[in-house]
Amino acid sequence: MMWIPIAVLTALAVLSVLWPLGYRRRGAAPAEADRAFYEAQVAEIDRDRARGLIAEGDAASAKAEAARRLIARHAEASSVPEGSTRLRRMVAALALIAVPAIGLGVYLNIGSPHLPDRPLASRGGASNDIFAAVAKIEKHLEANPNDARGWEVVAPVYLRTGRPQDAARAWSNVIRIAGPSPDRFTALGEALVFAEQGKVGADALKAFEKALELDPNAPQARFYTGLAAEQAGDAGRARSIWLKLVEDAPADAAWVAAVRARIAALGPQIKVPAPDELAARSITALPKEDQQAFIAGMVERLASRLKENSRDAEGWLMLVNAYTVMKQPDKAREALAEARKSLDGDKDALDKLGVLARQLGLEG
Amino acid sequence: MIVETGHFALILALALSAVLAVVPLWGVLSRDATLMRSAPSMAIMQFFMVAVAYAALTWAYVESDFSLVNVFENSHSLKPLIYKISGVWGNHEGSMLLWVLILVLFGALVALAAKNMPDDLAATVLSVQSWVSGAFILFILLTSNPFARIGMPPIEGRDLNPILQDPGLAIHPPMLYLGYVGYSMTFSFAAAALILGRIDAVWARYVRPWALLAWAFLTLGIAMGSYWAYYTLGWGGFWFWDPVENASLMPWLAGTALLHCTAVMEKRDALKIWTIFLAILAFSLSLLGTFLVRSGVLTSVHTFASDPQRGVFILGILVFFIGGSLTLFALRAPMLKQGGIFAPVSREGALVLNNLLLTTACATVFVGTLYPLALEAFNGAKISVGPPFFNYTFVPLFIPIFFAMPIGQLLAWKRGDLLGAAQRLTVVAVAGVVAALIFFAMQGGPALSAAMAGLAIFVILGAFVDIVSRIRAGSSAGAMMSRLWGMPRSAWGTAIAHAGVGVTLLGLAAIGWGVEKIAAMKAGESVDVGHFNVTLDNVVTRPGPNYRETVAQMTIRTGGAVVAKLEPSRRFFNSRRMTTSQAGLLNVSLGQIHIVISDQETEGPLDTRLYWKPFVSLIWLGALIMALGGGLSLTDRRMRLGIAQRARRRDNAAKPVAAG
Repeated sequence: MMWIPIAVLTALAVLSVLWPLGYRRRGAAPAEADRAFYEAQVAEIDRDRARGLIAEGDAASAKAEAARRLIARHAEASSVPEGSTRLRRMVAALALIAVPAIGLGVYLNIGSPHLPDRPLASRGGASNDIFAAVAKIEKHLEANPNDARGWEVVAPVYLRTGRPQDAARAWSNVIRIAGPSPDRFTALGEALVFAEQGKVGADALKAFEKALELDPNAPQARFYTGLAAEQAGDAGRARSIWLKLVEDAPADAAWVAAVRARIAALGPQIKVPAPDELAARSITALPKEDQQAFIAGMVERLASRLKENSRDAEGWLMLVNAYTVMKQPDKAREALAEARKSLDGDKDALDKLGVLARQLGLEG
Repeated sequence: MIVETGHFALILALALSAVLAVVPLWGVLSRDATLMRSAPSMAIMQFFMVAVAYAALTWAYVESDFSLVNVFENSHSLKPLIYKISGVWGNHEGSMLLWVLILVLFGALVALAAKNMPDDLAATVLSVQSWVSGAFILFILLTSNPFARIGMPPIEGRDLNPILQDPGLAIHPPMLYLGYVGYSMTFSFAAAALILGRIDAVWARYVRPWALLAWAFLTLGIAMGSYWAYYTLGWGGFWFWDPVENASLMPWLAGTALLHCTAVMEKRDALKIWTIFLAILAFSLSLLGTFLVRSGVLTSVHTFASDPQRGVFILGILVFFIGGSLTLFALRAPMLKQGGIFAPVSREGALVLNNLLLTTACATVFVGTLYPLALEAFNGAKISVGPPFFNYTFVPLFIPIFFAMPIGQLLAWKRGDLLGAAQRLTVVAVAGVVAALIFFAMQGGPALSAAMAGLAIFVILGAFVDIVSRIRAGSSAGAMMSRLWGMPRSAWGTAIAHAGVGVTLLGLAAIGWGVEKIAAMKAGESVDVGHFNVTLDNVVTRPGPNYRETVAQMTIRTGGAVVAKLEPSRRFFNSRRMTTSQAGLLNVSLGQIHIVISDQETEGPLDTRLYWKPFVSLIWLGALIMALGGGLSLTDRRMRLGIAQRARRRDNAAKPVAAG
């Protein structure tokens, strides 16, 4: 149906250009209008003189000035010809093509012809009923603030109607009155996340952690703790939380795909080049303490080698990773900073370092 | 379908403005009368298209169609109807659409009056106006489209910024825009005059109504905004020298000078360079204001849109129009021949002085507004140019204007008699001094307030000296009446507008006599403010349509007798989690009692600020009177654009032209 207004409006617009072109006419000589104007002006000078706004002598010279201006205008003005038919046809063609072309061209690019109007009243009346219901429940809750059932009913409605703070308040009331449950804490946390425009704040995180205390498997709460880790810059932790979540998910869970997408969005996991295989094999053969000493020695050797040859990107990646594995985050950060200094200009390597640092949670 | 029809209509308006920007101008350049005369019908159709778009958006607001991003972000289904309608311009996208609606409305009005104008002038003016409206429609469609849709509309909107949910703010922007956009009209006329190379008294006659209209609306818009700030922002001030306020003051100053210049040009064919320059300046400053407010360069209550992309776009518009018109101005400057000759002491001379003072005042505001911004952009230093700067630069420039206003009115055209004018003002000057003494005796210090009040009386009475002496020249009461009746309306308009300036000055002078009290009040306690006694009776909470309010119920007494009850309040808006303050205002003669309450933490005492501001209403009443004077001038016989034609018809009928 959208084509009807489009057609009508386009026709009107084109017509407003074509219509005046259909009338051939000569322009009135501007001199005519000018003469009337200057006559009026002279008459006004007379009136001003009568009112004493201008002195006698000055009035005379003012009139002379006006007359001179009129003569000058006469000299330069002439009647405007009606113009050529060719030019008119060109303009008519331009209007016929350009107006619909611009109109439709732009509209089809930025308009949404398929979207109907959605006035609130026409939306099944549902929203009006919802608001009436909410108002009724609110009145009831004002009188009986300890009715957990009322809060529980109204909370999700608040969330849907764009009042997340009220939803959070409602859920904390439910928890206060009816006692904690993993679902309630999760809902509270979720409302708080909505209220912060998607940011998992401290209060929200606390709610999710409480939910997980009661039910370590609560999937929504686990998802949000992962999200909190990601927002805190700890991509590695986010990845491990979400990977575990996907692993534990029931086969038919619809949300798995969404979580996988989030994991993918974390970016590629950087493969840290392993120490050469021969060395690796011989390490596993050693007893535990020796193993650690060996690793420490190897890392030390790696560090000193990098001091000499500082442009070895792979070496730096290994070193940063190694310190993190050895639970020496300070040293890892130090190495990271040094690596950045040394690899200055090597964009590819710096990118890899950045991704690794995020993965290992060394920086946000 | 309504919404999408509106969207399409707006795009068609863009298409039309592209044609309108080219074809009539082409007709002018190739001297083709038919092409020139195609302008009016396009201009009217352009207005129709934008009106359809605007109506569609308004419909979406009224019906709470949250499938529009703009409606979802700025409306709420429970909002009172008036704020649904005013909410259309309570946000960036909608207000730009209103801006464009007024642009094309003025274009359509010129189109309707085009029959009485020279064809080439009407065609060029409409073309230039279409460049402006086309640029802004493009801006809307590319960076701030109010018709952007949401596929899955939410069930409830985010509500209009509560601070904008106020009757004052419902009226303020349209008024202001009528003023700003009115200057686009004078700009289009100036550009047309430069393009056609014809800058004369006839031209001035066609521009003058627009200069008056723009000025009157801008005056009302600024006054409205200032009054809103006064009763909403809650610290009792009415003008903060905030950059956004200055952005509206600058075009006003330039426009005031322009208004006077067009009068000279129409009557005496003089001050051409001034007139063209001021017309360009007034519009440039309007655009600058738009740029400052919407680019995010500034942050204030007005900056509901701060987006660098928009800023760059508006900067482009700004550079194009200011640069283009100034280039044209430079090219055509040799054509701006000296017109009517006048002596330095004359009505014309007085108006040149007026121009100089007003543009200098405008320049000080410009520097005070932009210097801090430039400095911050340059080396990041944040400095604040506050009221002291303006008090020491702007105010001294206005004192001579106040003195000169009545004198200028008494000077004759071409050559005036300064001494004679001064003599005719003796009585009024004495009245001013006496008034200053009386004010000092009644209200006490500061002496500056009394002196300024005396000056204000001088300005108010001086505005009417000319008219009164004219009437008194009549011999009998009957002759006086007929003289009174025969006075042109523009003479009345001038006198009234000038008196309005004096009235505002009186209100400003009275600031020094104000009383301010800050008190922590408990229910039942009383505070004395000036000669009033204010008692806090009770603090209650009430629900509103989309807010809850805490109301302090107060009783005002003077000498034990109850004057009135006031209910200053704070409103809490749920959907935006914002609180606004509603001052309690009571008019007592021309002064006001102004009470603001602040947030009450617990059941403790209520922090209350109480002011007694004598004569404060005069500040805004004066502005209303000024605008009234402008309106009266607008109805003057000379302003009717058909005059030339009627005169011609009378001529053809060979009737003598009646004087008067």
